[in-house]
Amino acid sequence: MDIALSVRFKKALASGFSMDVSWQAGREIVVLFGPSGAGKSLTFQILAGLVTPDEGHIQLEDVVFHDSRGDIDLPPQLREIGYLFQHYALFPHMTTRENILYGHRQPQGNAAASDLAAMLVRFHLEGLEQRYPGALSGGQRQRVALARAMMRKPKLLLLDEPLSAVDLAVRRSIRTELKNLQRTLNIPMVIVTHDLGEALALADQLIIYDLGHVVQAGTPDEIIHHPQNEIIAEWAGRTLLHGERSFSF
Amino acid sequence: MEAILTAARLSLLVSVTATALIALVGLALAYVLARRDFRGKHLLDALISVPLVLPPTVVGYYLVVLFGREGWIGAPLYRLTGWSFVFTWQGAALAAFVVALPLMVRVSRAALEAVDKDLINTSYVLGKSEWETVRKVVLPLAKGGIMAGVLLAFARALGEFGATLMIAGNIPGRTGTLPLSIYSAFQSGDDALAQTLAIILTIISGTVIYLAGKWTSSRWI
Repeated sequence: MDIALSVRFKKALASGFSMDVSWQAGREIVVLFGPSGAGKSLTFQILAGLVTPDEGHIQLEDVVFHDSRGDIDLPPQLREIGYLFQHYALFPHMTTRENILYGHRQPQGNAAASDLAAMLVRFHLEGLEQRYPGALSGGQRQRVALARAMMRKPKLLLLDEPLSAVDLAVRRSIRTELKNLQRTLNIPMVIVTHDLGEALALADQLIIYDLGHVVQAGTPDEIIHHPQNEIIAEWAGRTLLHGERSFSF
Repeated sequence: MEAILTAARLSLLVSVTATALIALVGLALAYVLARRDFRGKHLLDALISVPLVLPPTVVGYYLVVLFGREGWIGAPLYRLTGWSFVFTWQGAALAAFVVALPLMVRVSRAALEAVDKDLINTSYVLGKSEWETVRKVVLPLAKGGIMAGVLLAFARALGEFGATLMIAGNIPGRTGTLPLSIYSAFQSGDDALAQTLAIILTIISGTVIYLAGKWTSSRWI
């Protein structure tokens, strides 16, 4: 596996919670799985440059995002990532069109107009250009958020609980869409979830978080067959025995 | 009739001037208090807000100490320019500014703090600077609260009496705003004039407060 993203950092919060993690990813779908409070979302904020780690090294391809020894800390504006917040964070005072264009580097130019048109087609949003987020369904909002993130031509995609706010009925199709998107872009896509079924269905690589540490990392198969602790073994066992895919922390 | 118009015109001049300054300074202070952490933040907050609870005469007293002809700032200013805030409409505007500023800061700060942090972070990740984010995301979403703050400050400035009396005095045509003219009319036994002025002030202030309430219920909640 070519390493595209390497992440190593320590961070202690005022609340007493502290993190110390290290993992790497290729141009694949990486799922961060673990109970809430394990540090998954904090990892995203650190990857995005919204929170500065106490020490560590974060690198995407040949761009160093953060290096505490070299005193490098790229601001979020320069990191070229697409970040989908759990509730999509669409600007409520902007239409679909304005939201998507917001991500463009030169929203007034001709290129922006054709990029916008392409996004509308790609994410099945034609006809919804003038709608405000309040008048969109959960699935539509997610596609607007994805389209907006894609306008930046990101080199890394971070998706925080992308399926938590959509109906069960559309989850399967969104999973397929996300997989296709990652295959087309060929960039690392990191997905946070606390739902095992989702993790197993999406992950090329599964990273299990607990209490601010990585408990185990590997392909879903490796983890199910060689669980490294009792908790993982328990749900891995259940998954194998019962085909139970709905386990979640 | 002449007296009513003069007082109303002066009140408007004083309140509009004070409110314009409050809108700029108050919004900047509100933003800093809402989005930044720094030493002395609570002290600054308290300093801005204390005129809310002090008797206006005490605020006026401090204004004289600071801006009077012998004041810490007033004395050098008088020496340099030969001009002073004392007994001028600018003095009345200064009093209105200090007394009404905390309303603007408190109301607009609450509105700025209510803007979802995820939206601000999304804007940064999408490559926008803090200034662009403020212009395109924060201010439009906090618009209702900011407008309410401006209107409340205007209403408070319009009704300012005690601090104005201390620094600007009560000179008809120069510093005799509506509230001060009501007092003068009442003192000199002109009950009809006092009544008319009181009704005018009530109508203006009532309308402004009504609008402030309406503005606060922003459309994007």
